Amino acid sequence: MHPLESRVTVVCGHYGTGKTNLSINLALDCAGAGDDVTLIDMDIVNPYFRSADYTDMLTEAGVRVIGPNFANSNLDTPSLPGSIRVAIEDGERVIIDVGGDDAGATALAVYRRQLEEAEPDVLYVINKYRSLTTTPEEAVEILGEVERTAHLKATGIVNNSHLKHLTTAETIESSYGFADKVCEHTGLPLRFTTVPRGLSLSKEIEPLYQIDVHVRTPWEQDW
Amino acid sequence: MSEKVLMKGNEAIAEAAIAAGCRHFFGYPITPQTEVAAYMSKRMPKVNGVYLQAESEVASINMVLGAAAAGVRVMTSTSSPGVSLMAEGISYIAGSDVPALIINVQRGGPGLGGIQPSQADYYQATKSTAHGDFHMIVFAPSTVQETVDLVAKAFDLGDKYRMPVMILSDGMLGQMMEPVELPEPKEVDNDSKEWAACGHKNQRKHNVVNSLYIDPATLEGLVKKRFERYAKVQAEEQMAEEYLVDDADIVLVAYGASARVSRSAVDMARKNGIKAGLIRPITLWPFPVDAIAKAAEHVPKFLTVEMSMGQMVDDVRLAVKCARPVEFYGRTGGMIPTPIEVYNKIVEMNGGEQ
Repeated sequence: MHPLESRVTVVCGHYGTGKTNLSINLALDCAGAGDDVTLIDMDIVNPYFRSADYTDMLTEAGVRVIGPNFANSNLDTPSLPGSIRVAIEDGERVIIDVGGDDAGATALAVYRRQLEEAEPDVLYVINKYRSLTTTPEEAVEILGEVERTAHLKATGIVNNSHLKHLTTAETIESSYGFADKVCEHTGLPLRFTTVPRGLSLSKEIEPLYQIDVHVRTPWEQDW
Repeated sequence: MSEKVLMKGNEAIAEAAIAAGCRHFFGYPITPQTEVAAYMSKRMPKVNGVYLQAESEVASINMVLGAAAAGVRVMTSTSSPGVSLMAEGISYIAGSDVPALIINVQRGGPGLGGIQPSQADYYQATKSTAHGDFHMIVFAPSTVQETVDLVAKAFDLGDKYRMPVMILSDGMLGQMMEPVELPEPKEVDNDSKEWAACGHKNQRKHNVVNSLYIDPATLEGLVKKRFERYAKVQAEEQMAEEYLVDDADIVLVAYGASARVSRSAVDMARKNGIKAGLIRPITLWPFPVDAIAKAAEHVPKFLTVEMSMGQMVDDVRLAVKCARPVEFYGRTGGMIPTPIEVYNKIVEMNGGEQ
């Protein structure tokens, strides 16, 4: 089950809140549900830990991946292929994994016209444990910067609060208040809270979205 | 201690430096360390510090020399090709007996190379940074938390021994995120350095910070005195972590990101009945000779794992006095070895078939 409502979904937020891992999960679940899904890696800021790194696994699962022209290479050149525009206009199901902060959101402005037309769901990802966005005020401030740069308004909040491998039920449960405050300050609905698959919460809130951890270091891979 | 937060290695370096009392950062952007500078540009103005993007690495390191001469805690950050450009200035810093922190978030080389992680600057960091007889203390963290802890230690030891200190990180450690606890901010007394050229206020003779000595006998005397200090550093500051070494038949030696991979490989080997262990150098200079020599008394075989063509492997051979075979496994050019690759090498050294 995936929680997406629109044909085009934009995933944005502060660096390192977990946008890429969330985008990969959404794409895989859409593909699993039989959608013709395209995942666009629009991160032209950070060359590490990006959706395009997982192209093989995603392609195998039936997800079409479009990344910057030189993603996964040794070149640090921010160049985006024309196929992105086509996908936003015509794709059956499109998920856009945007780079962090306003710097990362800059690339979205290029597709302003196509996105206005597509009326995308714009999910703003928050993580209470991510340095520099640990207070609702900080998270809201960065949202404003992202929206101004991207020429897009967020339509919902995703609470992706986690502490990587140290994430416990308590980690997630003690982020509810933080997420509520962000929603209150922005007037945006909480679209869902993520929870690692297999972790049971004592205080469940709706809606929850179960995710797997795909974005890992080379020494954390399964063997 | 504060609550745990998620930080990238690069951000953690910057925040840890501020917590350690560093208020002077001079640098020039280069992937994959740019977050250090970007973070400093946001944070330094908020703590009354100085962030300055210079016109080049050459300019940055000379600004570092100037600030260090004035006795303040100062740092710069760059990646591999940037260190090459800073070489001359680092030699001047060492020759001037002033402390400074230099961060190298290594990327693939030689030349412009690439932007993916590498450990091919080991020789540069530990042996051939620049001209002249000198050393830097070189720390090699392997987690984001350890990076934070070693930044504080780097400033302290730099001040103690009046020498440049390098944190040798890599693109993977710099870019990955882990939970960290940041230390409480530390107050630093910048006026405590008697040698600093920070204004004598008519209270003392003026201090001169200099690395030029025309008289060879004077220069020789100074270098020899400096090497007495280096001997003390070598005797007292070696750091290494040992993992399952006591009963090991094969001990891996690896630092930084390679050590993370190697530890996974050691766990795989143990699960499959091979007694493998790991020695992880935390200081690369001084090299932890004592820990490795001690292990060599009972460990029959060593394997060095690096993201290079094999640079630390020579130091391991020297540490075991060539009394034990020391093999090497590595990837380079921005490639990271996988735990399975390293495990396969362990199996091969153990006599094949597993």
